[in-house]
Amino acid sequence: MLPPVVALEGVTKRYANGTVAVRGVDLAIAQGDFVSLLGPSGCGKSTVLRMVAGLIPPTTGRIALAGEGAGDIGFVFQEPTLMPWATTLKNVMLPLRLAGVARAEAEARAAAALASVGLAGFERAYPRALSGGMKMRVSIARALVTRPRLLLMDEPFAALDEITRHRLNNDLLTLWEAERFTAIFVTHSVFESVYLSRRIIVMAARPGRVVEDQPVNAPYPRDEAFRTSAEYAAHCRDISHALTRAMTTHG
Amino acid sequence: MADVKLAADEAPILPHRDPTYAGLTAETWARILAPTIIGILALAAWEWVVTANQIPHYILPGPFLVAETLVRDWASLSVSLMITLQITFAALIAAAVLGMGIAILFAQSRAIELSLFPYAVILQVTPIVAVAPLIIIWVDDVRLVLLICAWIVAFFPILSNTTLGLNSADPNLVDLFRMYRANRWQVLLRLRLPTAMPYFLAGLRISGGLALIGAIVAEFVAGTGGRASGLAYRILEAGFNLQIPRMFAALMMISLTGIAIFAVLTLVSHLALRHWHESALKERR
Repeated sequence: MLPPVVALEGVTKRYANGTVAVRGVDLAIAQGDFVSLLGPSGCGKSTVLRMVAGLIPPTTGRIALAGEGAGDIGFVFQEPTLMPWATTLKNVMLPLRLAGVARAEAEARAAAALASVGLAGFERAYPRALSGGMKMRVSIARALVTRPRLLLMDEPFAALDEITRHRLNNDLLTLWEAERFTAIFVTHSVFESVYLSRRIIVMAARPGRVVEDQPVNAPYPRDEAFRTSAEYAAHCRDISHALTRAMTTHG
Repeated sequence: MADVKLAADEAPILPHRDPTYAGLTAETWARILAPTIIGILALAAWEWVVTANQIPHYILPGPFLVAETLVRDWASLSVSLMITLQITFAALIAAAVLGMGIAILFAQSRAIELSLFPYAVILQVTPIVAVAPLIIIWVDDVRLVLLICAWIVAFFPILSNTTLGLNSADPNLVDLFRMYRANRWQVLLRLRLPTAMPYFLAGLRISGGLALIGAIVAEFVAGTGGRASGLAYRILEAGFNLQIPRMFAALMMISLTGIAIFAVLTLVSHLALRHWHESALKERR
């Protein structure tokens, strides 16, 4: 097995107001894996993601990341989080420009990233002219433009309608299979986590902790046929049970 | 990179355009015509009241007489208008530059903002007519006195709005910049200043009118005299000589100037924000 890209050891996060967001999380995520963090609201899954991203420090415990440097991690927020005053191209160029990449090269790479998420021809559009799904695509293009080794996503498709969400799930998998980044995907949807992931970490709330760690041993590429298969249904049932257990046990 | 395809129905619905008449929409025509009609009616009523009651023109001149005076005295009044305009614009530019500059300084550290902001408030709440005599004592050049007074009045809305704007950046975007290790300068240029732009422009629109008011009020207090005086002095002068139509003419010039400044700044704001900010977008109905 490849060495882990992300390793959390005994990670606890207590906020200034005394709330324990997560307690004693141990987690190792392998290179190239697609892992979902699944749990009810308040289980600290977003907190784990933000700690991995380096946005907030753990109170105790250790987080080790393979590779260092800006652009090694891509982050997709729950909202598209685009700069409304900039065109889609300029939005996607941002990580490169912040890293000092020359304008011409940044433009070319951003245009390629936009094309990769299906938005060729929308380079000069402003975010307000785009639909919700397209804004999310821009956000994904921006996260991938630096070719990160690790892509962190915090419920990115939660606000989208189901049809758009299914499409973005498929496109995300296509990109993942092509680029082979490691993906950590936070969601509260059992179906979404089963469809996307090779591994699902189920978390429970109060305090936030890991309660189950299950593989989804279905081959890729996954497509709409997988979504209607008995195998998919069985996995969903298993994970739903795990989630129910998570919500009824107390730590 | 592997490319995925966008489904046609995921594309956005483009906003529909209203029909236009002679290049303008029905709403724009209403915006122009409705106040114009009211204005014409009011002027007609004014003229009628003056004529019907035979009010002497040293009490209340009719609009025709005022217009006539405006044309006849244009040579002398326009010189004063230029002087008032110069002071107004110099004060507005100084207010914009310094307001923005000090707001950026405030944005660098909470400590600076907390220590200095109250003094900016004091500057704002102290009536300019009360401060002007002091400035007259300290500064010899009358033009400079007027400029300082107009600046004091115009400065605060820009400072306070821009400060608010610089602190209003989307927290997720702030996190994103942090994740990509943006330095302070990059955050300011690429995130904070663009976020503050609509706030700054709203402040500028308020300050444009205030700079004019400041320039006029200060001249009333300071006085100038001679040919190098602004419109306020022309009003005082005409009042002493009981040239009431000339007073009205000068007053009208000030009002029109104020309207023009507001219109220009509104246009600037619209052009700067038209691609992205809600204020520059048409409401959906």
